[in-house]
Amino acid sequence: MIVYLLCFILFLVGIYGILTKRDLVKIILSIGIMGYAANLMLILFAYRNNSIYPILSEGKAVSQMVDPLPQALVLTSIVIELGTTAMLVALALRLYEKYKTFDITKIRRLKG
Amino acid sequence: MPIEIWLIFILCVMIIASIAALEIKDILSSIIAIGVVGLGVSLSFLFLQAPDLAVVQFLFEIFALIILVRAFVKKEYHQHEESKTNLLISIVTIIVLGLLFLLSLPVFQNLPAFGKPLMTVSEYYLFHGALQTGAANLVAAIILDYRAYDTLGEVTVLFTAVIGALSILKIRSKEKNRETSNE
Repeated sequence: MIVYLLCFILFLVGIYGILTKRDLVKIILSIGIMGYAANLMLILFAYRNNSIYPILSEGKAVSQMVDPLPQALVLTSIVIELGTTAMLVALALRLYEKYKTFDITKIRRLKG
Repeated sequence: MPIEIWLIFILCVMIIASIAALEIKDILSSIIAIGVVGLGVSLSFLFLQAPDLAVVQFLFEIFALIILVRAFVKKEYHQHEESKTNLLISIVTIIVLGLLFLLSLPVFQNLPAFGKPLMTVSEYYLFHGALQTGAANLVAAIILDYRAYDTLGEVTVLFTAVIGALSILKIRSKEKNRETSNE
């Protein structure tokens, strides 16, 4: 259970960064940390003691393999995360072009 | 050494690296610290018997580092702007998150223990996957056969995100061209 708790602490570090940091770059990094923690948590749920990877080969019993379903879902999630990170970076660069700063308290005047 | 000890070690390193990434002033150092976190995730995927995921996470990490360094390191904004965080907001946030952690402890006690998953759906995939799809890699069998519509949706989301990023950057370059022509 302590593994789950450490993974949850990693997620909470990400939330802390989003809530307190005023730098857009740090906020993007915090969103990345939360994504890592969520993916890792799903794979931790799938692990089975004394098991092997879910690829069929000679001499490997099917009943000794880890759960392949969360692995498949997390694989899609990682790829989507890359796309959203690229889009966040593009938005941040656009804001920098307009306001000449990454500080979110100075970007508050959202007009025009 | 049992696998749980290794995982606890890697997770502690990742937590320290993520706190460092959030607190370091220099932007290049914090991006490198995020790289430590991502490669730690890749390493723990290897320990958790997920080689496909480890490879994909490694590639993702390298691409994300390239994008972040390329985008943010040139801007020299940290030298002349001191970004001090509000101490009161930090303390209140830490207290609230600590309460959240304490209140969610019973949830983790009710989950199945580490290493003993519920495999009600996945047993079917494990025992019938090779016969029904002909794929030796069962993760690939699930992605490309049982959950093919899910993968189609994922590709749609990825395509939309890339189109969005490209169009945002294109607007920027167009406006820059207009400004330079006006001057």
